[in-house]
Amino acid sequence: MASSVISSSPFVCKSSSKNDLGFSKSSQISIHRCQKKSISRKIVSVMAPQRSPSTTGSVKTGMTMTEKILARAAEKSQAVPGDNIWVNVDVLMTHDVCGPGAFGIFKREFGEKAKVWDPEKIVVIPDHYIFTADKRANRNVDIMREHCREQNIKYFYDITDLGDFRANPDYKGVCHVALAQEGHCRPGEVLLGTDSHTCTAGAFGQFATGIGNTDAGFVLGTGKILLKVPPTMRFILDGEMPSFLQAKDLILQIIGEISVAGATYKTMEFSGTTVESLTMEERMTLCNMVVEAGGKNGVIPPDATTLNYVENRTSVPFEPVYSDGNASFVSEYRFDVSKLEPVVAKPHSPDNRALARECKDVKIDRVYIGSCTGGKTEDFMAAAKLFAASGKKVKVPTFLVPATQKVWMDVYALPVPGSGGKTCAQIFEEAGCDTPTSPSCGACLGGPADTYARLNEPQVCVSTTNRNFPGRMGHKEGQIYLASPYTAAASALTGYVTDPREFLQ
Amino acid sequence: MATSLPTLSRPIASSSINHSSSSFVPIRSPFLKFNTSTSLLPSSLSLAPRGITPRFATSTESDSNETLAKTTFHGLCYVLGDNIDTDQIIPAGAACVFPSNQQERDEIGAFALSGLPSFHKTRFVEPGEIKSKYSIIIGGDNFGCGSSREHAPVCLGAAGAKAVVAESYARIFFRNSVATGELFPLESEVRVCDECKTGETVTVELGETGGLLTNHTTGKTYKLKAIGDAGPVIDAGGIFAYARLMGMIPSLT
Repeated sequence: MASSVISSSPFVCKSSSKNDLGFSKSSQISIHRCQKKSISRKIVSVMAPQRSPSTTGSVKTGMTMTEKILARAAEKSQAVPGDNIWVNVDVLMTHDVCGPGAFGIFKREFGEKAKVWDPEKIVVIPDHYIFTADKRANRNVDIMREHCREQNIKYFYDITDLGDFRANPDYKGVCHVALAQEGHCRPGEVLLGTDSHTCTAGAFGQFATGIGNTDAGFVLGTGKILLKVPPTMRFILDGEMPSFLQAKDLILQIIGEISVAGATYKTMEFSGTTVESLTMEERMTLCNMVVEAGGKNGVIPPDATTLNYVENRTSVPFEPVYSDGNASFVSEYRFDVSKLEPVVAKPHSPDNRALARECKDVKIDRVYIGSCTGGKTEDFMAAAKLFAASGKKVKVPTFLVPATQKVWMDVYALPVPGSGGKTCAQIFEEAGCDTPTSPSCGACLGGPADTYARLNEPQVCVSTTNRNFPGRMGHKEGQIYLASPYTAAASALTGYVTDPREFLQ
Repeated sequence: MATSLPTLSRPIASSSINHSSSSFVPIRSPFLKFNTSTSLLPSSLSLAPRGITPRFATSTESDSNETLAKTTFHGLCYVLGDNIDTDQIIPAGAACVFPSNQQERDEIGAFALSGLPSFHKTRFVEPGEIKSKYSIIIGGDNFGCGSSREHAPVCLGAAGAKAVVAESYARIFFRNSVATGELFPLESEVRVCDECKTGETVTVELGETGGLLTNHTTGKTYKLKAIGDAGPVIDAGGIFAYARLMGMIPSLT
């Protein structure tokens, strides 16, 4: 049983001293940043933990990261789970599916001539239904373009030439990956988006969550939102990550443990030595799927890895915050990652966990690598690494949908370690995969009938995406096995759900 | 019959506008007192046309001890199980609809629950129709999980559903239901979905401290939980009306 290798007893706890030690290095970084930018920020009454609370007594009531971010955004000294507070929004993201509705509600409520609260804090990213002949889908992008022009929206990643995405230098692709790559994800901030996977940005130590059109319409006009402060569940992941394991395995393991409603209305905070060792893209995978456990947001304490990524992409000042040593968590789970094995989520629920090797008799029809969850540069590098290590060809159609234009370029340009300098694209071609296609959300959510790689038949698909509810990728009787890029690539080579250890050493 | 009721068109709280203060007053301190803590905060106007009397006229002081006006829904129920996700409520391909366009908003009812697997023999909306004969949906745990698409509650409301009675909700669906005012997301104390069958006649009554679902076919009644934090915002007529009431955003003139 998968569950036998982990210990997970939820209990109320106070933060361990280990946490304090672990974060001390990053706290120093935060001091530096706080001083650098204190002038440009609003004066707020919540301080980042510049010193240990126990030595100064400056923090009487411990707060979690999420509570601190929300308190600061509400210009309050404290935020307690259950509080309903008005929060200032740093960034509002919307896309082609929900943007037209959100702007429509904004106009209805604030007037035809109304102006958005801040045209530089709104990021509009067409990504869902782009490469389709569906008239309504195309029309929605046109509507967004009109609104963005009229409102002088600074960050609109437009696409007009659907024939060749490379002819659109502004076009990015999947919003959650683009937000990070373009420097819109910053520690300590509040990011809202009209997409449930907006929680991905919690990887940067910020509060990020998905909202509907109506709430987004309200934010467009006011820059504020009414939020209930969520209680925080803490997940401590320790131990050396086995070479065949990826962040996708970790989050599927956790969702399998707590169920698809296990974190409803709650924050999932991830820490521990394993999390500290993860790259930003892997951390994004971890936070991306908290919504699949019902979570309101996921969050990871920023550290040198975070700051290095963010500072290379933005000049906007920001201020990281960290959970206090005496913060209250509603539950705590500990995982010894060194003992975990590759897992999948079987149809038709992300919490239907099984070990990959337990599913070795499941014959599959295709493999899909893409989406905000599993379509980042490192996801393709991982798949390519496994293909290169095996020297074999895929036995089922294997579809590759890079999340963004940047990822697409990486797939064609970056050498895969250990492959003698080959790019992902070369390795995929040699392995017999479909040519990497134009970046977008693709078939992760089915989409219009002409969407590339959409599941139009009741087939079995191993996918690096995030949901496997009935009909998610198209056909209602389709069966989706959610898996890591390693597991997806290994399965492509055998035509069965396959543990990647069969090809990695 | 519920099916004969007019669909909620667009939620407009024009009646609320005159009562709000005329100047923009930034919010800076807690002014809300919510009674319970079941849910995320919801919004928007549209509950008013659906049978709830907005109470902005009363006063601007916190009246959190008051709750929903008495509301009753009566009709046939459509029964589902656990984890009904937004892709089953409305497949993503159908979410190209632009909900600010009234015609598209009406037509979206045709897609309501169209993503349910084919083992659901009874369809919520018959092929070729845009209205359902079922006005109350009964579900299990985690109703509405998945995407944040507001099209989910909108399509159920457009098809004629008035309320969902489920054991629990996914966060964003609950909030969107209240925000759009398309339907009441009500929580039952027990698993009603195990005891009701599709096509049975039920009545949902909302009162001051909760509600009651009566199954007229079996004669059984079930308690519904109070709407919780959503109450004051629903009472105001939604997040926009509520914010105007609080003087947070200016009135439309």
